[in-house]
Amino acid sequence: MPPTDVANPRYYHKVVDCQWACPAHTNVPQYLRLIGLGRYDDSYLLNRQSNVFPGILGRTCDRPCEPACRRGRVDEKPVAICRLKRVAADLRGDITDRLPKAPAQKNGKRVALIGAGPSSLTVANDLLPLGYDVTIYERHTKPGGLMRFNIPAFRLPEQVLDEECGYIVDMGATMKYGTTVDSMKALIAEGYDAVYVGSGAPRGKDLEIPGRWDAPAILTGMEWLSSVHFGHVQKIDKRVIIIGVGNTAMDCCRTSLRLGATDVKVVARRSREFFKASPWELEDAEHEGVQIIENHAPKQFVIENGRLVGMEFERLQWSTVDGRQKSTVLDTVVIPCDAVILAIGQDNAFPWIERDLGIEFSDTQMPVVDKVTHQSSRPGVYFGGDAAWGPQNIIWAVEHGHQAAISIHLHCWGRDVTARPAPGMTLVSAKLGLHAWSYNNDYNPSPRATMQHEALVRRFESMNVEVELGFTPEQSAREVERCLNCDLETHFAADLCIECDACVDVCPTSCLTITQNHSPVDELRQRLSAPALNATQEIYVSTLLPQTKRVMVKDEDVCLHCGLCADRCPTAAWDMRQFDLLKPYAGVEHR
Amino acid sequence: MSSITKPPIRHPSLQKNALGLSKQDYEGGMSTLCAGCGHDSVTAALIQAFWELDLPPHRAAKMSGIGCSSKTTGYFMKQSHGFNSVHGRMPSVTSGANAANRDLTYIGVSGDGDSLSIGLGQMAHAIRRNVNMLYVLENNGVYGLTKGQFSASADVGSKSKKGEANEQNPIDPLLLALTLGATFVARSFSGDKQQLIPIIKAGLAHHGFALIDIISPCVSFNDHEGSTKSYAHTRAQSVELVEADFVPLRREIRLPAQHPAVSVVKLHDGSSVCLRATDGSYDPNDRDTAYQHVRACQSRGEVATGLLFVDEAARDLHDMNRTVATPLAELPFEVLCPGKGALDTLMARYR
Ligand SMILES: Cc1cc2nc3c(=O)[nH]c(=O)nc-3n(C[C@H](O)[C@H](O)[C@H](O)COP(=O)(O)OP(=O)(O)OC[C@H]3O[C@@H](n4cnc5c(N)ncnc54)[C@H](O)[C@@H]3O)c2cc1C
Ligand SMILES: Cc1ncc(C[n+]2csc(CCOP(=O)(O)OP(=O)(O)O)c2C)c(N)n1
Ligand code: SF4
Ligand code: SF4
Ligand code: SF4
Ligand SMILES: [Mg+2]
Repeated sequence: MPPTDVANPRYYHKVVDCQWACPAHTNVPQYLRLIGLGRYDDSYLLNRQSNVFPGILGRTCDRPCEPACRRGRVDEKPVAICRLKRVAADLRGDITDRLPKAPAQKNGKRVALIGAGPSSLTVANDLLPLGYDVTIYERHTKPGGLMRFNIPAFRLPEQVLDEECGYIVDMGATMKYGTTVDSMKALIAEGYDAVYVGSGAPRGKDLEIPGRWDAPAILTGMEWLSSVHFGHVQKIDKRVIIIGVGNTAMDCCRTSLRLGATDVKVVARRSREFFKASPWELEDAEHEGVQIIENHAPKQFVIENGRLVGMEFERLQWSTVDGRQKSTVLDTVVIPCDAVILAIGQDNAFPWIERDLGIEFSDTQMPVVDKVTHQSSRPGVYFGGDAAWGPQNIIWAVEHGHQAAISIHLHCWGRDVTARPAPGMTLVSAKLGLHAWSYNNDYNPSPRATMQHEALVRRFESMNVEVELGFTPEQSAREVERCLNCDLETHFAADLCIECDACVDVCPTSCLTITQNHSPVDELRQRLSAPALNATQEIYVSTLLPQTKRVMVKDEDVCLHCGLCADRCPTAAWDMRQFDLLKPYAGVEHR
Repeated sequence: MSSITKPPIRHPSLQKNALGLSKQDYEGGMSTLCAGCGHDSVTAALIQAFWELDLPPHRAAKMSGIGCSSKTTGYFMKQSHGFNSVHGRMPSVTSGANAANRDLTYIGVSGDGDSLSIGLGQMAHAIRRNVNMLYVLENNGVYGLTKGQFSASADVGSKSKKGEANEQNPIDPLLLALTLGATFVARSFSGDKQQLIPIIKAGLAHHGFALIDIISPCVSFNDHEGSTKSYAHTRAQSVELVEADFVPLRREIRLPAQHPAVSVVKLHDGSSVCLRATDGSYDPNDRDTAYQHVRACQSRGEVATGLLFVDEAARDLHDMNRTVATPLAELPFEVLCPGKGALDTLMARYR
């Protein structure tokens, strides 16, 4: 195997599992350490740099970082990364004077953003400080998109949303509220230098089965949640069935309970391991008394005298045939109910984009968008968030916004949008003295903190009672210590190594091996101190060691970043170095 | 020293041995030796060997004297018995312990100072008695613990850290042991676990005194240029005379036993060791050729390594003294201490 190139930021970045998994590459370990130091403002602002909405995401993020977290590989449960973000947000002081500001002198470029959801707001956040004149068109009267009118207030308080959207709007975006863009042609005609489509995937999917249109009590989840948000709907009947088990279904069932339903069932075609909803949302729903029914496929609505009285399902049995899941119908059952909410997905719709503008659409009526640049087939028109490739989540919408902002900036100054600015890094030794490191390298064996919840009776009093109470200061202090500080990289200098084996011997998790480099990587992985069986994790291979011409090999999989290798190395061939990814943003380039 | 103790987490692909123990169960306290000390590597090799042999920790006794090397018994098998004796007395204390209870596995760890200066007489007699023990001599050419004075194993001409050369003749523990009738004589290097671990396992299985002289560099006081016990010098000058492959009872012998240069020695517990001399004229079962080869290497400035001599047929301390097989602690009191009547009868025989 050729020696590993650690000069490329990619290698050390990938070691920081959470940061690698985060679509916006949030510097998780550093923000956790800042919380540990009580530096909540700094922690909040560090978060904001990459994920823009720490208070919102600290409550709602899909948290792809957590399944990736190394702690989960050594101790069952990952660090509670997401809810610690909320801690930074909740405990911060007034940081308004440290937020980016738009310069008084504009740069003369005008950009239009369609929709005021998280992705457009991110574009505005990145472009306003560069002097752009940013206009946001939004159908509704407030910013936030689905975060505001679909995510219920018991999960995300309005004040949190107002504050974080406000930080961006107040930078000086021109807000055209209550303005639906119904012609792209007309918008383009206004002479903007670039247009960003951040209009989301605003339509709930329907279910065309017998009885669908025969009674009023059959609703679609997204529309219904919006109606609840705007106060058009204030109650629901007692017995409610939700079709689907995604996150929308979870919000619908829990909202029903707050509007008077007492018997709420979520019905799924498949079994639990295939559910789309996050495990914690399923847990919360079940705790509130929602019943989850697996392996039931909707057959028809049962209507009597123009009134919905129940829904008929086929009971399915699933089996694997030729590696594929096949169902057989066992029988049918009717579940009585007063209302049904369909929560089976979202669709995009672009009736307002004329098809003769050079903006190409696919057979499925989705725009053709470049995965990296977010540019459509018409230069100067960009798509991001749920509008680009269908529904995703907030953190992806944010990252799309960052990337599109880079493209818009390049485009507006006549540069090639495909020539992406490269990430950089800094790598600073953490050594403070003999056996003294700039971070707490000891392993804290505490189990993952459990969230405190509002009492059930209080919860159902109104839509606005936030269910999760957040971590106590003691819980936060302990939970941040569970982080393994994966950004404190083990950095090796082969020329200094005397091959004493001290590092190999002391490593608690047998990550290190000194061996011959004469075989293909698969074989090498097998003959390490402990076989490196997790192929998703990298293997580091050094250059030749001076004395025996062997190499130092490190399996990154379960390195605890405890620093013992560097502690025990007599020549400082191993050092612990703090890695900081320098992520490029619009107008912020590192190389 | 290190900044923290070892976190209790281990690699998920690590296995348990036949006793259901992980390697972690064979570890001890955190080492307080200098970072990079060869002795820590020897400790790691011991842990690996104990784990592979399924040695029950509570049936082992760790014995040592004084020195950095002697401290290392604290760094492995924390559940074992142990005795940290005064300087140089480990062989005698182990002889006594073994006399009283032959059922335990004795692991003596000593240094070149502890064994070849103050403890030379002790070691010599433990060899003569063929005490059934593993004798690990962590040899760094200096008194590490007292900051680097030359020890009796320092070669003539080897330089101290300040630059003076040693002028006194060295004691080579292997040559000494061979002349004293040792029944298992080996040399290895802390930096070569591939060679060291099978030798440790064979030494543990050997019936009688098993000496392993392990060149184990002192990073702080004897790893400089001009030292003949440094990592670099040992790597450059070591010559493996005999390759050893330890074969536990359960495993098939893999080295081609028919090969003329391979001899298979059946060890006491049913396991065996395959020895392959790298030079055809060498016979690891013959004391005199072993002596000659080690001596020849020494005069060329080379470090002879490998399992250099084994005699599995020799009698140990118990055989020679015809002692009772049961550990003294397990004998009924009346048998162990038969009373005044028995003593009087005995005394009468000498009147
Ligand atoms: C019920 C539900 C719960 C969810 N929960 C979570 C969660 O907990 N965590 C998570 O990460 N994600 C969640 N999501 C997904 C998340 O809300 C979206 O992925 C995210 O909001 C997408 O952001 P966006 O900026 O692309 O678009 P949106 O948030 O959809 O914003 C689009 C905006 O554009 C406006 N708009 C649309 N068309 C036009 C037009 N023609 N003219 C003017 N304005 C227009 C809309 O009014 C809207 O304000 C949830 C989604 C739903 C439906
Ligand atoms: C009776 C007695 N004399 C002298 C000493 C001082 N002393 C302590 S350790 C040591 C030498 C240790 O050398 P070695 O056995 O080679 O161990 P190393 O530290 O090199 O591993 C000496 C002389 C002592 N502790 N006790
Ligand atoms: S333990 Fe900490 S640094 Fe490591 S992956 Fe998890 S959050 Fe990131
Ligand atoms: S920091 Fe070093 S000693 Fe600690 S687990 Fe990682 S490789 Fe092993
Ligand atoms: S501890 Fe340092 S010198 Fe020793 S083998 Fe490891 S990296 Fe090399
Ligand atoms: Mg010594």
